[in-house]
This record gives sequence, structure tokens and C-alpha cells, in this order.
Amino acid sequence: MKYSYFPGCSLKGLGRAYEESLLPVMKHLGVELQELDDWNCCGATAYMAVDEVKACVLAARNLALAEKSGLNQVMAPCAACYLVLNKAKHYFHDYPAMKATMDRALNAVGLHYSGDTPVRHPLDILLNDVGLEAIKQKVEKPLKGLKVATYYGCQIVRPYATFDDQYNPTTMDRLMEALGATLVHYPLKTKCCGGSLTGTLPEAGIRLVYILLNEAKKRGADCIATVCPLCQFNLDGYHSQLKAQYGDVLVPTVYFTQLMGLAFGLSDKELGLNRAAVPFKWRPPLPAAATPVPA
Amino acid sequence: MVSIKQDIRIGFYVCHCGHNIASMVDCPEVASYVEKLPGVVLSRDYKYMCSDPGQELIQKDIKEFDLNRVVVASCSPLLHEHTFRTAVAAGGLNPFFFHMVNIREHDSWVHTDRKEATAKAKALARAAIRRVAHHKALEVKQVPVNPDVLVVGGGIAGIHAALTLANAGKKVYLVEREPSIGGHMAKFDKTFPTLDCAACILTPKMSSVGAHENITLWSYSEVVKMDGYVGNYTVMVKRKARFINEDLCTGCQECVANCIYKEPKFTDEFNEGLGKRKPVYIPFPQATPQVVLIDPDVCLNFKRGVLTDKCKKTCVEACGDRKAIDFKQKEQFTEIKVGTIIVATGFQTFDAKRVLPYGYGVYPNVYTAMEVERLVNASGPTSGEVILRDGRQPKAIGIIHCVGSRDKKTNRWCSRVCCMYSMKLAHLLKEHTGAEIYNFYIDIRAPGKGYEEFYDKLNEEGVHFVRGRVGEVTDWGMTPEEEGKLVIRVEDTLAGFVRRIPVDMVVLATGLEPQADAQDVRRLFNMSCGTEGFFLERHPKLAPVNTFTDGIFIAGCCQGPRDIPDTVAQAGAAAAEAMVLIDKGHVEQEPNTAYVLPDCCGCKSCLPLCPYTAITFDEATKKAVINEALCKGCGTCVSSCPSGSIAQNLFEDEEVFSEIEGVLAD
Amino acid sequence: MSELTPPSPAAWTPRIIAFFCNWCTYTAADLAGVSRLKYASTTRVIRLMCSGRVDPQFILDAFRQGADGVLIGGCHPGDCHYVEGNYKMLRRFQLLKRLLKDLGIAEQRVRLEWISAAEGERVKTVVNEMTAQIKALGPLGMPQAFATWDQEVSELARRTGDAGEVESQEPVAAAK
Repeated sequence: MKYSYFPGCSLKGLGRAYEESLLPVMKHLGVELQELDDWNCCGATAYMAVDEVKACVLAARNLALAEKSGLNQVMAPCAACYLVLNKAKHYFHDYPAMKATMDRALNAVGLHYSGDTPVRHPLDILLNDVGLEAIKQKVEKPLKGLKVATYYGCQIVRPYATFDDQYNPTTMDRLMEALGATLVHYPLKTKCCGGSLTGTLPEAGIRLVYILLNEAKKRGADCIATVCPLCQFNLDGYHSQLKAQYGDVLVPTVYFTQLMGLAFGLSDKELGLNRAAVPFKWRPPLPAAATPVPA
Repeated sequence: MVSIKQDIRIGFYVCHCGHNIASMVDCPEVASYVEKLPGVVLSRDYKYMCSDPGQELIQKDIKEFDLNRVVVASCSPLLHEHTFRTAVAAGGLNPFFFHMVNIREHDSWVHTDRKEATAKAKALARAAIRRVAHHKALEVKQVPVNPDVLVVGGGIAGIHAALTLANAGKKVYLVEREPSIGGHMAKFDKTFPTLDCAACILTPKMSSVGAHENITLWSYSEVVKMDGYVGNYTVMVKRKARFINEDLCTGCQECVANCIYKEPKFTDEFNEGLGKRKPVYIPFPQATPQVVLIDPDVCLNFKRGVLTDKCKKTCVEACGDRKAIDFKQKEQFTEIKVGTIIVATGFQTFDAKRVLPYGYGVYPNVYTAMEVERLVNASGPTSGEVILRDGRQPKAIGIIHCVGSRDKKTNRWCSRVCCMYSMKLAHLLKEHTGAEIYNFYIDIRAPGKGYEEFYDKLNEEGVHFVRGRVGEVTDWGMTPEEEGKLVIRVEDTLAGFVRRIPVDMVVLATGLEPQADAQDVRRLFNMSCGTEGFFLERHPKLAPVNTFTDGIFIAGCCQGPRDIPDTVAQAGAAAAEAMVLIDKGHVEQEPNTAYVLPDCCGCKSCLPLCPYTAITFDEATKKAVINEALCKGCGTCVSSCPSGSIAQNLFEDEEVFSEIEGVLAD
Repeated sequence: MSELTPPSPAAWTPRIIAFFCNWCTYTAADLAGVSRLKYASTTRVIRLMCSGRVDPQFILDAFRQGADGVLIGGCHPGDCHYVEGNYKMLRRFQLLKRLLKDLGIAEQRVRLEWISAAEGERVKTVVNEMTAQIKALGPLGMPQAFATWDQEVSELARRTGDAGEVESQEPVAAAK
């Protein structure tokens, strides 16, 4: 199993912990990743909102590079990259004018995109290519007793629900159960994390963060597992503001790959767990003390 | 190449159909083109050929111009072939010296270029002109109609159709799959908009069915096979084992009282799983027939449906001398012969679990409308008290309309009854609990007698109406008031903002769907289904209870969602259609049967091809023989005969070849 | 084997003969009309009671008379009004396709479709698809081909002297 790997800016910056945990976990499972040579911005964030054409052209270059790599499939772990690359692909197929622009731009730099390369999320690859059975076999320290709220955010299920249900995604739920964790009923799994509102319109953004954290806490979650660097950042980074406004809602937010790493027996440090603002410390419960044998 | 026999005199008519054809096909041009074709004596264009003057024109021309063939280019022959054949016959010609050209459904309505459409009309007309020259005079065959009727499905549609026919003196077999007739209506509490009690108006009809001398009621039975043709159907009915001899059971239910299970323990289907029943039970107090049945899946005398005879059989003891209980009963198959069949197999309600955001099956206090019907019913599991699954009484209730209706993700159609039954439930719930009631709707559809007035009445009663499609039902609260409640999140499209409304109970107004086995039933009775899966009527406006198979009629929700008044009206119409055939006493059969030509070499290759075993081999003449009475006219043997020695009336080889030649001769 | 004639100019529109069964596909085409769906005017429908009545000779004759494509429409498997006429057609169709291949007629020129009475949309799609496909293939031009062959034979007969007249009719007769 070998995939072309598109990290995007987040996994090299704020979401470094995602990459730090993803790479060893994938390696552990025998999944080979080859980082795309000379990748550029995926086209997300401001680009897509301000100028769809430029965003699509940027995405197309990445897609063309992926195709050129000869690996056929590209993995995009960041939810925003995943969405934009898929969106560009969709436009390429369904909007001839956009396709023409993309073709022209790629042509100018001697690249070509045929429109085939599947863009895939690690969850998709883990569940559908690697398989839960293979993952279960690698579990050394089951996450027994750990209560997890699975949180998918918006971008991997909307508008393209390519590998999971739009309203009630369950891939991460099944993955967590395979690791031995316990799920809490968390109906907010695809609700808004605040997105960029935390920066632009903090009253609204922070409130959304609060709802997510508060509900997770209320339902007894030990942590929130996420698939998106922006979600992780929002849920992790605003606790001082939250405390001032609503009171304490300290719940750690981790990447699902970090929990996988823990279950596989990797160390906190290897998994970038030290980077989070709200610390997440979890140790498997000690085995029950052996009953002393009466002499 | 064109060879038209000398004595052929064709009259051609092209119909404008108002603007329907004339707007896309240049009718005068078609007429003047056809006029020049060999054999054509006269060619006219006319505004409405199917009108009386149009038909009279044909009759007059036949006499005046001594026509011996007629071609009309107008709409689909499935619509008006019969009309024009009759007109031709009235003009003194054999009706089969006529051919029809479809230039409306197949031409003017589906094309956008007038020139192309006109060219196509000419080609089709030319083909018909060449074809009709080969037509022969044929006789219509009359077949007697068996006066007995089979009604499939014992809901209100089947009940009404059966009673109508039985009261007219016809013998009716009513076959119902469930242990009792009554269908969905028997489960309803009240009916909109009059609020009369469903049981009060249905029970008398159910008892009439049970007691009627002209009705043979077979409940807990299914049709498994149908053969034959209009007027003469042979039907196989499977009578499932209920382990009770129906003739001996008096419905005293002493066996139920004395069952080894002292308390009801098993899911009660009639109460939508909200109540419990015993292994021996009667589905509901008014059940017809008043006969108990035993569920072998849970009865202790069986193990996984197989008789073990290990129970103490206190029920048999209680039954005593009546000896109605028969644990050895097997399913039985009975064959009946009928002339006509009314299919009234009803609908199923949409599975609310399919709309994930509404939390049915996740949150216990989310109910389907059908469950609420039982909950507010005096004979329901709570004796009419609205007690939630968690034991509380609701103070606020949200009713969500269009669950599984008007939604591209589930079903696109409007289920027609949900607005009204939601309002009915709103009224009943308010009456029973005094709770605040919120209706969440897309549009209120209240087109019926007294329906809009009912909506007004509810507004006056203080029921809230919020216009907006609900986004989700959830249990996460943002304020102390919302804690522990179900929160309905909805965009109020009239107020223009998103609202969160905390309630204790959510009612999902689930839509109506075709029965799960509608496709099997469709095949069984040789019917068609629309894309949404409901049975297809022969014509949406003019033949709403007929199907494409003569003698098979449909009524009620199996044809599409509708309310009780419409269902009853349709059931009456289906009964009337059946009576038309019965009282006429015979049907006329299209003379499109196949026949063997003298040059048959006796190779027998046609014999196994006929699905109706209409072809036999005559040992004396060493030739195949086709039984005209059994032949249905598919023509499969004709096209398969290696020596070309089988022909088919109305579809003779030369007729089809000349049509091919004609349609391509430009 | 290749097609008989190369594609000709764009002005040409294909002619498709359709044999539709009375119960499913003909009704579906009526439904397409009632629903006012719009599709290419290339198809001319001949109504038969059942797709089982479609004699392979009808199809060959249609090509001989100048059709560029032949479409056969019947009920879905299991739904035939006459129980199994559509299966009979399906078998014949497989054999016929082989024969057409040997005659040098491209496989895409014949198409067998199951279209139920409710599938008006499908009629539209199939007709449009087939029109595009045959447009890409170009005209079949059987009548012209027959004429050319006749001419060649007569020419041959003329050059070899007498006794050619009788021979010249053969190709056409063989195709009947």
C-alpha cells in the first residue's frame, strides 16, 4: 500500500502534531507515504472564498503533481485540503469553463491533469484499505476505559460525503472502538467548530467552541478526537477566553491518529501530544493487583 | 418498388389536436404529401379527429369515396385506436382495415424542430399507408366473464370494494395478509377533519364483511399465483397456518386468558410495538374474523417455529370441547377462479430511522405518527393516556411534517395526508395533555372538504405553526431550560431566523411508501409500477383504477398516497369497473392471435416457446396447431418459426415489412 | 470487419428504427410524450405486441432499407407481459449481433433495451445516446451499397459478355 501524500500547510505548521502522529501510525500499519514533490497551497482558506478560479488552479497543480508521481492515489489528511482538492476535481469534471482554465494554467507550466486521481482521507484509507482487523492486530495497549467524543467537523462530510454518512459519520467511531475506547453519544459530531469565526467574529466563534466542549464534558468524554487541524486548534486554543466568558470547560482535543499511536504503544513525544494547550495524559489502567497468596 | 394493390382506396386523416400536434407538425403539409402516395384516395387535416364531427367525417367519407382503408395520424393508439376502429365500423368497414399513427406522444410533444417533426410525421404516415394496404378483415372474439371477483387487501379500500360488489349480488373473495382485516385505518384513533372515531365508522363495515353471505373472507392468507386473462383468472391463495380452526373458534379468548404466560410479554404489532401480547392472541378487540391465532415463534409448544409439544397446553384445556386449537395445522393452498381482480394492497409508512438528524430510535421520546395514533387511542397500550417512554407526561410537543416526503434524499412525493393527520394529532394531543404543540411544516396542504377550516380551527386552539424544515432533533441544551429536553433546531422561514425549541416529545409525520413487496405483487398481477413504486394506473386522469392488464383494477394507497374519502371513492370506482365487465358478461379480445400456415413442416421448434402451451402437434397431419383460445398474441412463435409458417393477425410479416419499408422510403 | 462506408458530412442525421413492445417500452415512449421530454427526432417507432415478435429479419430488412441503427425495446427481465418473450428476444439478439459483425455492421448499430412503462426518461436517454453513437459512426448506407454492388455485377457481366443479367440480382436477394 503506497500513497502520494499531500500534507498542506497545516500539517507543517499549527497542525504539526497531526503529521507527527500520522506518519508513524501509517508506517506501523505498513502504509507507505511519499510526500508530493514541490506541493503548493491547496487553495483553501481565503482563496476559495475570494477567488474560486485561483483556488481551483492551485488545487489542480497539486492534483497534476500527484498524477505525475505515478502513485495514482493522493492522501490529504487536512480536512480543508481534502475538501478543496475534491472540489477542484468536481469542478474539473462538471464545469467545462473551469476545466479549460485549469488546463491552460497547467499547460503553461508543462503539467497535465486527467481528472482521475482519487483524493482520499486517512480515515477512508484506514477503514477501507487497511481494514479494522489489521488495525486491531497492531493494538498493543488498548484504550480501555477511555471515553472519546468523536468529532468529524464539517469538511470531510459536506458537501462530498465520499466515504461516510453525511449526517451520522461512523468511520472514526468504528476505529475508536477497534482501539478499545468507549464512545460517548455525541450528536454534535458534524457541528461547526467556529471555523475562522474565532478570529473574525469571536463572540460567535467562541460560543460554537463552547457548545462543543461543554457537551463533550457533560457527556463525560475524556477527550475529543478530531480529524481536522482547524477544529483541533479552535477546540484547544481558546480556553482562557472560554473560561472568562463561560467558566471552565477543559476537555483535551486530540487527533484520532494520536489515539491510534497510543494504542499502538508509541510514546507521547513521538505523537506530538506535548504540543496541545490542554494536556492529554492517558495511561492504561493498571492491571488489578495480584491477590497475595496466603502463606 | 411501391406496390399497392389496384383496389385499395385509402382515406388519410391528420389531426391537429388543437395546438398539441399542429404547433410542431405542419399538418396541411403532411396531408398534401400523403395525398400523392399510391393508393390514397383522400387526405385531410382536421382540428380534432376524435371529436364527434371528426368521427362522422370518417364515416361519411367511407361511403362517399368508397374507402376501404383508413389511416388516422393523431395521438397514441393506446388512447384512441378503439375510438377510430369503432368509427370505421360505423362507416360500414371492418374495423381492422384501420391503422393509427402516433404523431403526438412520439412526435410533436417530444421534438423541438418543426421541420424535423413534420418530416417524421410524413415518414410515419407513409409507413402506415403502406401497411394498411395489407390489412385483412378480422373478427373480434368474445369470451365470457366469470362473475366472481377477487379483492386483494382488506384495508378500507378492499373492504369497501368487497362490500359494494357483494351488495350488488356478486360473489367476492377477500384475501388479507394479516390475521384481521381493517388495515391501517383500524389503527387510527380519530379521522380528520370531522374527528369521528375511526373504529366507530370502520367496525360496522368490518362486521358486514365477516357476515356477508356473498363474501368469502380469507384472512392471514396471501395470493401466490395468478394465471389466465380478463374474465377468466385462476388464482392460488396460500392460507397460512394460524393453528386455530377458524370454523370452530368462537372468539371467546379463554385460551388467551389461560395461556401459560400469565402476562403479555411479546411485541404487539397492532400497537406498533408500544404494547405487549401473548403467544396466543387476537390482534385487536374488533378484529374480523373474531378468531385467535398462535405465534409459533414465541409459543412454548414450539421451538423456533417447530412443533415440540412440550407445553402444558393450558390453552387447549381452556378451549375444551370446541377443540379449535390445532397445533398440527399446516398452510393450505386453495385455487379459485374469478373474472376480475381488485388489488388494494395499501402502503407502508416511511421508516423514520432513515432520517438520521431526527433521532428516531436514538431518543426514546421521538415517536412516529402511527405510534401516537395508538398512544392517544382509548384501546391503545396506555388506554389513551399520553405517557412517554420515560414515564413522563409531555408539556411541549413538536410535530415535524414531511418526514420522508418532499425530500430528494428520501422520497420526492408529497404523501398528501401528513399535514392533515399531523393537525389531527396536534388537536388530540392538546386535548389529552394540554401541552404546547408546535407544527413544523413546509407548506400546509389542506385541499379537501372542511380541511382548510380544520387548519383555522387549530390556529384558534392555539396550536403553533412554524414554517421551516427542521434541521435536527437533539439532546444538547444551551440553556438551563433546554437541559433534559429534546431541542428542535429549525429555520423559521417566516420570522427569518434559526430557532431552538425545547420539547418533551417529538412526533414525526412519516410519509406513505409503496409496500415493501410491491414489486412482487406487481409481477404477480402483471401490473406496472411508477418510478416511485406505486402501482401504475392505465391513465392518470381517465382510467385511474384500471391497469394495463384488463380485468385487474387498483384502489387505495397502493396506487399512490391518498386519504380515506378518496380511497373509498376509488374503491367504489374499482368495484363499478369490475361490475361493468361482469354485467356485460363477456369481453372482446383483440384478434391478434397467431395461426399456422399450411406449409408447416412439423419441426416442433415452436412448441416449447409458447408460455401458454397454446401450440400442440397434430400427429395426424404432422403439423403444429395453435389453440386460438389460449393464444395471447405475443408473436414469439411467429418470429421463431424457421420455415416462416406461423403468422399473426394484425402483425403479419408483410404488414411489418411494409411498415419498415415505408418509414425509410425518404 | 470494418463498416461499409466512411462517415459523411455533419448535415446528415441518422435514421433509427425502433421496435417497441406494446406494454412497456411503447407506453414508456407515450409517457415521455405526455411528460413533454425532448429528444432527438431520429427514431421511428414500430409497435409490436412483444419484443419476442421482433423477427431478426425485421432488423436486417431495416438496415437493407436504409436504417442506420435499430433499437429494440422490451419489458425488464421478469416483467414481460407474455411471461418470457423478452428472454427469447435476448437470445436472438446475441446471435444476431454475431451475424451483423460478420456482415460488417458495427455492433453499436443495434441496441436492446429494457424500458418499463414508467421509464419515460429512459426512452429519452437511450434515443439520445444512440443518436450520438450512430452520428459518430456515420451512415450505414446499405441501399447505396447494394446499388453499387448491382452496378459492379452488371459491369462485370457486361465485360464478360452474356449471362450476367440473372446474376446481378443476387446480393439483394440474399439480404432479404
